[in-house]
Amino acid sequence: MLTNKRLILAHFWLAFAVFGLALVLGAWQMFVRSPLNAWHFDPEFYYRSVTAHGTVMGYVFPTLVAMGFGYAISEASLERPLTGRRWAWAGFLLVAVGAVVAMIPVSLGLASVLYTFYPPMVGNPFYYIGVVMVVVGSWIWVALMSINMAVWKRDNPGKPVPLAMFANVAGSYLWGWTAVGAALEIIFQILPVALGLRSTIDAGLARVFFSWTLHAIVYFWLVPTYIAYYTIFPRAIGGRLYSDAMARISFILFLVVAMPIGVHHLFADPQVGAGFKFMHSVFTGLVALPTLLTVFTICASAEIASRLRGGSGAFGWVTALPWANPIMLATALSLVMLGFGGAGGLINMSYQLDASIHNTQWITGHFHLIFGGAIVIMYFAIAYDLWPHLTGRALDSFGWMRTQLWLWFIGMTVTTFPWHYVGILGMPRRMAFYDYANPAISPQALSVSMSVIGGLILLISGMLFLVVLIRGQMAPRCEEGREEGAWRFSVALHMPATIPAALNSFGLWLALMIGLTVVNYGYPIAQLMVLNQTNVPAVYVGAGR
Amino acid sequence: MSEQPLFSPRNPWVAASVGVTVVIALVSALAGLIWLPLAQPELKLAGIWDAICSAAGVPRAAPRGEQLPPDFKTSNVVMTPEMLRRPNPVSIGRGATLAQRCAICHGPQGVSDANSPNLAGQYAAVTYKELNDFKTGARVNAVMSPFAANMSNQDMLDLAAYYAYLPRVPTSHADDNVPAPPIVVTGAPMRNIAPCGSCHGDLDNKAGSPWLGGQSAVYIKAQLTAFASGIRRNDISQQMRNVARNMTAEEIDQVARYYEAQP
Repeated sequence: MLTNKRLILAHFWLAFAVFGLALVLGAWQMFVRSPLNAWHFDPEFYYRSVTAHGTVMGYVFPTLVAMGFGYAISEASLERPLTGRRWAWAGFLLVAVGAVVAMIPVSLGLASVLYTFYPPMVGNPFYYIGVVMVVVGSWIWVALMSINMAVWKRDNPGKPVPLAMFANVAGSYLWGWTAVGAALEIIFQILPVALGLRSTIDAGLARVFFSWTLHAIVYFWLVPTYIAYYTIFPRAIGGRLYSDAMARISFILFLVVAMPIGVHHLFADPQVGAGFKFMHSVFTGLVALPTLLTVFTICASAEIASRLRGGSGAFGWVTALPWANPIMLATALSLVMLGFGGAGGLINMSYQLDASIHNTQWITGHFHLIFGGAIVIMYFAIAYDLWPHLTGRALDSFGWMRTQLWLWFIGMTVTTFPWHYVGILGMPRRMAFYDYANPAISPQALSVSMSVIGGLILLISGMLFLVVLIRGQMAPRCEEGREEGAWRFSVALHMPATIPAALNSFGLWLALMIGLTVVNYGYPIAQLMVLNQTNVPAVYVGAGR
Repeated sequence: MSEQPLFSPRNPWVAASVGVTVVIALVSALAGLIWLPLAQPELKLAGIWDAICSAAGVPRAAPRGEQLPPDFKTSNVVMTPEMLRRPNPVSIGRGATLAQRCAICHGPQGVSDANSPNLAGQYAAVTYKELNDFKTGARVNAVMSPFAANMSNQDMLDLAAYYAYLPRVPTSHADDNVPAPPIVVTGAPMRNIAPCGSCHGDLDNKAGSPWLGGQSAVYIKAQLTAFASGIRRNDISQQMRNVARNMTAEEIDQVARYYEAQP
């Protein structure tokens, strides 16, 4: 039973409201830097917009979705009200206030440093303080998820923790640990400079710290999507989850190997040794494993559902799936985008192949396809699935939902495929202006224009999504308290009665996660901290104003 | 079974997961730190320990080559965005007295029609840097170099503060109707030229970049030409030389006329 519906709804509404605003900025950015726009604007505005878009889409939006979804999972799967309700509200307020505190200097042009910070660029201290508030707010959620699982385990000794909660806690631990890198960077390196206490910064060390956060944060974004794959999708299409244990192992693998791999973002950086780049590359390759396990399990679960509905044949069962169901549609489209995005990711993680696309528009295309595409489309599905249980009102504009999901898929494809292509042609990312009249650049003009149309489709889809939710919020109230109306999770083909302690707790996996972090990051960080004369003068953004 | 303690030697999960992780970490470390570096003969590694140090990124002293000192003086002023932003009234007063020597070319109010720079309202850091460069010889001018040669550091700070304090007044060339040339607004990215306005004030001001509005067109053109030919080279890291070398003669004319007409 969901008891703290207002808490969960507050998280989701704030998440989707800021998502809508950042989506408008994203579409505007794509237009102004395309050949469709004659160059007549201050490039400063572009970087302001990119900073706001990235900060909202990277930190605020997915964090709020993970938090709200996490609270819903905790209450529904453990079948008890959330422990620490006041703390949860405090965390929400910290995220909300932090987002505003961070966005004010950005909109004033005092912190156009992009959401990845890029020291030695240093912006207004309030930007970083706002980001820290968002992270601290989410750490409250991390603690609450851990506490709620512990309280439940104390009261239910020997019982397996429900899969949804197990995965949810895995995601929260992953975030708790991976956010430490950026927190160290901001608190010990950037903020002293932003506050004027120091005027130089070790940009190389800062980048290593940020890489600690930068890659695993993607898996933190991804975990709600995977939870939806495993625990919502099979139930929504009337089937069963193929394997409960396989699901647990996938989340455990994410927890252990998602963390010590961030240096593959620094392949072109001189301050990290080639040997450590190779080790991080190996572990990046290993992260494909839980995704492959997931794709297998989810396809098997879909086949179970289809055969229960009378599907037959080696591939004929695919047609018997309930394609009119928005959750079915969203999951299928998500897996397609995950496949293409993952294939691109294998290129990014290969030292030699990366050299041809490093820092090009390919990278922007890659993470938009994975995050904006495969992950966010499942956030939509989660909202569609959860909304009636939160509002107590029917959400039945199924046609609109399907249109919205298709538009998102088409929009993301039309946006990111041309981006990948121009990346191969060598188009750099993070630039406000491209001279398409130049013969060397003009072949990119058509592809860039196409991606603008994709951006427009995404904007329409995003607005349609908000309209569907608002309609759901305004629909007449259904009668409450019916048992069959409770929000449930998928049932596994073989529900575990007992389970090995290793698949029911995190001690072993947290030890491995921290151990691998020390092995893969310990020396590079220690060396950069010990070396003298690695600091460079800070470049204050907007200092002249 | 859940009742079984997690960290016990008899729990196969612990042995298996720790074992597999350690093996993967060891193999990748051996490959990345020893095998791959040794497989590259061009690295000229002395042995296994050398390979490990090299692949781990231990910094090593670069071979000492001969350093060629430049045959000209370079500017020794370090510019920061906050430099000389807070005026001191005593300094302004002393500067006003010292500035009487400068008035014949730069005008009693810091503005003149003599095609020498108008200094009224110029950023203090800019005036200070140029005086310093004239004194050290990083910038050479038959008229200015002898003036600066005998100035103390305090004299230069005072003059800079005084001229920054004077209000910018419209010159006789002010004209709102001169359109901004593309090089000022958008630069020429393919020739590596940033927009003039992104440093010199129309869009943004960067440390050490002078305010150009109302400067004599003759003076601006002369300086850009001097930068392009390398006669003037006191710009930090060749910022202006790189820009001026890539500008066309027509663009230099446009820029000079545009800035002269600005307030």
